[in-house]
Amino acid sequence: MSLETPDRQRLASVQPRADIKARTLRQDRWWLQPLIIAVGFSAFVVYSTWAAFNHPVVAGTHHRIFFADPYLSPFYSPCFTDGCPPSVRWADFHIWKWLSPAIYILVFPLSFRATCYYYRKAYYRSFWLSPPACAVAEPHKNYTGETRFPLVFQNVHRYAWYFAVIFAGILTWDAALAFDKDGHFYVGVGTAILTINALLIWAYTLGCHSCRHITAGRINHFSKHPVRYRLWGLVSRLNNRHMQWAWASLLWVALADGYIRLVANGTIHDYHHIF
Amino acid sequence: MARDLSMRVWRGDASGGDLANYTVPVEEGEVVLDAIHRLQADQAPDLAVRWNCKAGKCGSCSAEINGMPRLMCMTRLSSYEPTETITVTPMRSFPIIRDLVTVVKFNYEKAREVPAFAPAHPNTDGSFRMQQVDVERGQEFRKCIECFLCQNTCHVIRDHEENKPAFAGPRFFIRYAELDMHPLDTLDRRQMTQEHEGLGYCNITKCCSEVCPEGIHITDNGIIPMKERVVDTKYDPVFLGLRIGRRKDRRVVGPAGGHDPSPIKRPGQGQAARPAAVAVASSAGRTTAATLAPAPPKAPSPVSTAASKVSSAASGESMKSALPALGAAAGAAFLAWALRKSRHHK
Repeated sequence: MSLETPDRQRLASVQPRADIKARTLRQDRWWLQPLIIAVGFSAFVVYSTWAAFNHPVVAGTHHRIFFADPYLSPFYSPCFTDGCPPSVRWADFHIWKWLSPAIYILVFPLSFRATCYYYRKAYYRSFWLSPPACAVAEPHKNYTGETRFPLVFQNVHRYAWYFAVIFAGILTWDAALAFDKDGHFYVGVGTAILTINALLIWAYTLGCHSCRHITAGRINHFSKHPVRYRLWGLVSRLNNRHMQWAWASLLWVALADGYIRLVANGTIHDYHHIF
Repeated sequence: MARDLSMRVWRGDASGGDLANYTVPVEEGEVVLDAIHRLQADQAPDLAVRWNCKAGKCGSCSAEINGMPRLMCMTRLSSYEPTETITVTPMRSFPIIRDLVTVVKFNYEKAREVPAFAPAHPNTDGSFRMQQVDVERGQEFRKCIECFLCQNTCHVIRDHEENKPAFAGPRFFIRYAELDMHPLDTLDRRQMTQEHEGLGYCNITKCCSEVCPEGIHITDNGIIPMKERVVDTKYDPVFLGLRIGRRKDRRVVGPAGGHDPSPIKRPGQGQAARPAAVAVASSAGRTTAATLAPAPPKAPSPVSTAASKVSSAASGESMKSALPALGAAAGAAFLAWALRKSRHHK
C-alpha cells in the first residue's frame, strides 16, 4: 500500500549527494573497537569449540575432564551422560552419544547470545561490517537488514531468553552443589568461580532487553502497575551495563571451564577448606 | 589564545565539488561554527551554511566534522589537537544544495506518514490526565531537536539510497515508540512500523544513539522496545503475542499518507469534521478500513456485552488463549516421559 503512495515515489527518485569519494573521513581509530571485538569473539568460539569436543575420561577415574569433584563445567551442565557422577547428573540419556553433550547444551545459551541485541550490534559491526563503525561505509551492495531469512529469526530472541533463564537456574544449582562434597560444606577457589559465574549469568540474563520488555516495557501505564514498574527499573539498571555483563559472563564461563579442566587433570590444585 | 586553524571544507553543489583548504584564525573557547563563520566573513563569502541558534537546540547546523556527524555549534575546537586539520563536509545521506547545505525533505516526507496522536475522549471535566511516571517515558523522545544526525548516520540509508522509500529512520522510530507507549493514544502503529516504515531494516548498531546531541537513548529506549512490541504482534504467536499482544483498545492503522488534515482532536471539533479513513492491513492480511478518529467512549449495553461474549466464544478466542497452557502441559508430559525412559535404561 504505502510503497505506491506519491510521497514514496518522489522519495525513490534519486537526487545527487555531495560528491565525496572517501569511504570515511574519520581520523580517529574507529577500526580498533570492531577489531578487539572480532578477536575476542573469535577466541571464545575457538576455545568453546575445542572444549565442546575435547572431553576425555580422566585417568584413574570414571569422570570426564569436565568434572572435578565437586565442580561441573558450565559448558557441560546440566550433565545427562556418563561423564559425571550420579550426584550431579540430571538424567542419563542414551541418544546420540557420538556427539558431544556440550553441543546439546551450548545451543541454548549460544542462541540467546546470538540473538541478543548487544551481540547483534557487536558482530554486525565486527564480522559483517554493516557498518564497521559509525559513518564508515559498509562494503555491501544491498542491504535488507532483519527483514528476510535468515536474519528475521533474530526476532525469536525472547524464546531464547526463556531457555536462558532455565540455564541460569541450572548453573545456580550447580554452584550450590559445589559447596557440598561428600556431605561436608566445601569452600574452594572453584566454588567462588562457579558462584561468580552464576551471578554474572543472571546479571546478563535479567538485563536483557526482552526481559525489560516482559517485566513492564510492553505496558503503557506504569502508574497502574507499580510493582512491575519497580521491576522494570531494576532490569533497566542492569540493562544500562548490558554490554559489560555480556562480556564478563562470556569470559567468565570460559574461565570456569578452563579452571575445572585444569583441576580435573591435576595441573593445578584447588585451594579449599572443608567445614 | 588565538591561533591559526587548518581547515578543509567541502565546496560544491549537485554538479560536483571537492574539499578546499583554508587557514582560519580562531580564539580559545570557540566552536567549529565560529570558525566557519569567520571563514565565511573573511575568505569565502559565498560559502553556504545553515545555522540558527548556536546553542544546540535548533538542529540546523548539522554537518560532518572529521567524518563524524555533529552539530557545528556544539563541537569545540579544543576537542581536537591544535595541529589537527579539521574537515567539514555536508551530511552525506541527503541530497546536496550547495557547500554544507543539504535537502532534508526526506525527513519531512517521513514525518507526514506518522499517524498523529489520537487520544481517547477526555474526562468529564474535559481534561486529559496522566501520571508523571507515564509522562516521563515519552519526554525523553520529546527532547529531539530534529537535527537529523541520526538519520544521516544510519547506514540503512547512508549506504543504500534505494532503502529510503521503505525506511523511516531512527528519528521516526522514536516517534512511533513515543506514540505507542502513550497511555492515552488509541492507535496501533506496530504493524505499519514494521511493514511500511522498515523497522526490520534496523540492525541495532546504535550509531543513531552515538551521534544524538541530546543524548536520547534512541536504540535502547525507542527502537528495541518498538521491535519487542512488533514481536508481540508478529513473531510471538504463543506466549505474550497470543494473550497480551492483542489490543482491544487500539485500532491498527497504516501510514497517514501526508495529505489529509491532521487527525488530532480539536476543542469543539465534531466527529464528522475529522478525517476519514486510512486503509490498513489487518493481522490476518486482509485489508480493512479504520479511521484515525479517537476511539469512542466505552458504553456497552448489557445486551451488546452478552452478545460480544457469545461471539467471542464462538470465534474460538478462548481456545486460542488456552494454547499456551496446553503447550506447557505437553512439554511437561514429554519431559516426564523422557526422564522415566532414561531411568528405565539404568
